[in-house]
Amino acid sequence: MRVALFVTCVNDALYPRTGRAVVTLLERLGVEVAFPAAQTCCGQPQYNTGYRRETEPLVRRYDMAFADYDYVVTPSGSCAAMVRDNYPRIGRKAAAEGRGSGLATAAARSVPKTYELTEFLVDVLGVTDVGAYFPHSVTYHPTCHGLRMLGLGDRPRRLLEAVRGLELRELPGAEECCGFGGTFAVKNAAVSSAMGEDKVRAITGTGAAAVCTVDNSCLMHIGGTLSRQGSEVRPLHLAEILASTEEEPWV
Amino acid sequence: MSGTFVGMPSFPVAAGVAVTDERLRGNLRRATHTIRDKRAVAVGELADWGALREAGKEIKDRTLRGLDGYLVELEAAVTAAGGVVHWASDADEANRIVVDLVRATGEREVVKVKSMATQEIGLNEALEAAGIAAFETDLAELIVQLGEDRPSHILVPAIHRNREEIREIFVRTMSEWGRPAPEGLTDSPAELAEAARVHLREKFLRAKVGISGANFMVAETGTLVVVESEGNGRMCLTLPETLISVVGIEKVVPSWRDLEVFLQTLPRSSTAERMNPYTSMWTGVTDGDGPEAFHLVLLDNGRTATLGDEVGRQALRCIRCSACLNVCPVYERAGGHAYGSVYPGPIGAILSPQLRGIRSEVDASLPFASSLCGACYEVCPVAIDIPEVLVHLRERVVEQGGKGHRLEKAAMKAAGWVLNHPGALGAGERLASKTRKGHPKKLPGPGGRQWGQSRDLPQLPAEPFRDWWKKNRA
Ligand code: SF4
Repeated sequence: MRVALFVTCVNDALYPRTGRAVVTLLERLGVEVAFPAAQTCCGQPQYNTGYRRETEPLVRRYDMAFADYDYVVTPSGSCAAMVRDNYPRIGRKAAAEGRGSGLATAAARSVPKTYELTEFLVDVLGVTDVGAYFPHSVTYHPTCHGLRMLGLGDRPRRLLEAVRGLELRELPGAEECCGFGGTFAVKNAAVSSAMGEDKVRAITGTGAAAVCTVDNSCLMHIGGTLSRQGSEVRPLHLAEILASTEEEPWV
Repeated sequence: MSGTFVGMPSFPVAAGVAVTDERLRGNLRRATHTIRDKRAVAVGELADWGALREAGKEIKDRTLRGLDGYLVELEAAVTAAGGVVHWASDADEANRIVVDLVRATGEREVVKVKSMATQEIGLNEALEAAGIAAFETDLAELIVQLGEDRPSHILVPAIHRNREEIREIFVRTMSEWGRPAPEGLTDSPAELAEAARVHLREKFLRAKVGISGANFMVAETGTLVVVESEGNGRMCLTLPETLISVVGIEKVVPSWRDLEVFLQTLPRSSTAERMNPYTSMWTGVTDGDGPEAFHLVLLDNGRTATLGDEVGRQALRCIRCSACLNVCPVYERAGGHAYGSVYPGPIGAILSPQLRGIRSEVDASLPFASSLCGACYEVCPVAIDIPEVLVHLRERVVEQGGKGHRLEKAAMKAAGWVLNHPGALGAGERLASKTRKGHPKKLPGPGGRQWGQSRDLPQLPAEPFRDWWKKNRA
């Protein structure tokens, strides 16, 4: 089983801890992980802002970077959704615009092997108890793309519930968007902020010590709002919790 | 009387103002959360919801594919039943037709049953200019009209108003339009409804001309269908001598049988009812019963152009249930007026820029008025992939260029180059990490300012992942 990590541009530049947590976790589970250096970004920010043509080289690059692997695992629900939902669209449109079928083929190759981390753990490795230990109260925010585009369902919850010492706190209105939405956070800053503030109110209301998601981009928005409000609640990627053990606590 | 949407500011500007209105946000939050929870229950009762949703989508798609044929079939059926069909390519033509039809009756006032198509074309204003008074009879529409306000929701146009505000509007304005509000009116829902009922009754009994919209038109029988909760619509459809229905061409369905699907999905999605209290159907005219003359104005107004767009045309499947508005976190905070159209919320964000084009500020900003969370797609009873259409329309706005987009395009191009050169990307990340001590928590520039209004930036790490990997694993 040849497994590659697609760390994503946001994690690479801003949240390398998440990438390290994924490596720690997967290696602990006996998976040999590779990191193809040719990878960069899935193209989601450009695509969702209306720059479809600009994402085409990134679709090709993704296919090229991960060509030799059976599985691509990424700790980002929205990037996985970008590949699975939008790469085929980008390929089809390029073909429809008379630019050949190459892109469609590249896109088609990427789709079946791309897995969001919790899908990979539960569906491919078949584990829900990853041997983690995290003696803190945690609330979980299911990000929109993980929830609706990927249909992650209760996989993240099942993983969290199996963590020893962890007390999972229910998040009211969990399925409501946190208001990040990529460039939406800047283009419609007022509405985005209002949504973020409501989300943070719900999070702090749980009294949990940490909030976790499967997407650091949403967490950047939530964490930035928590920080501005001087809140003690820690924003954590789910992988960091799963990487934590009694012998080697992550935080 | 009701204001039009001409010259609206862009969505972020209008929404930015609305978001600070605590009362508005409270009203919207309460209303949308109540109805969305109820909808979930009503939909959950049907084991075959998924199949019904798929069937609705299929019927609408099939209809749109053969729209020209179904419209001709409809025209023949309506004509055979004693009605007269008029074709209107745009708002002006539709307004002209209706004004002429009302003038021909010699009447100076009409009663209206809630019709989005007539609001879309600004019919009330056109009638007023022609010296004809139009009275809205749907309760929420009445509130909007009396308040000299604009609708802000598809189903509940006065959703932005609470009970106290409605009482105040009734007391202040009803007397100018007819029967005044009763003495000592309180804000209890029953009293408010009774005041509206008494006020409207007078209009119904006097009116010789009624103007309606329709939820569906059945091609094979020429039947029009209005689905409503109050019964005011039914009065409007049956009491006047002349009935004029103004309907968008996409509202046609091929056969009577197709209603089976929509009469289940529409009420559950919109009012969370298993079945709506009143479903009125009329086919042409009937001797000695109902209106003696029936006119159907078939409205295009940008629909054919929308049909020509392979991705965007799915917006024409919409049955105006308003479920997408009620689950939309952006609508909930921005309010309906920010969308600058009679069609607010997620569906408005994709419908208005298609029907009207993207030249105006508000229309060019609408495709960006979404975080793409997908809640709208999830609830839509005809499975319109609104996020897909939003992104598709963003592309069109970007191509058009204009305000802000030139700079953005240059930035996207530059980012595209870096992202296609991992070496350069790594070097950039390294440099950023090295200089991180000097980085502010807030970014300068307009984008940074906007991000920083309620959020801190994350701290840059000491080392990007790429470099950690090189040192520790490669
Ligand atoms: S887009 Fe779908 S959910 Fe929204 S109003 Fe139309 S039919 Fe209802």
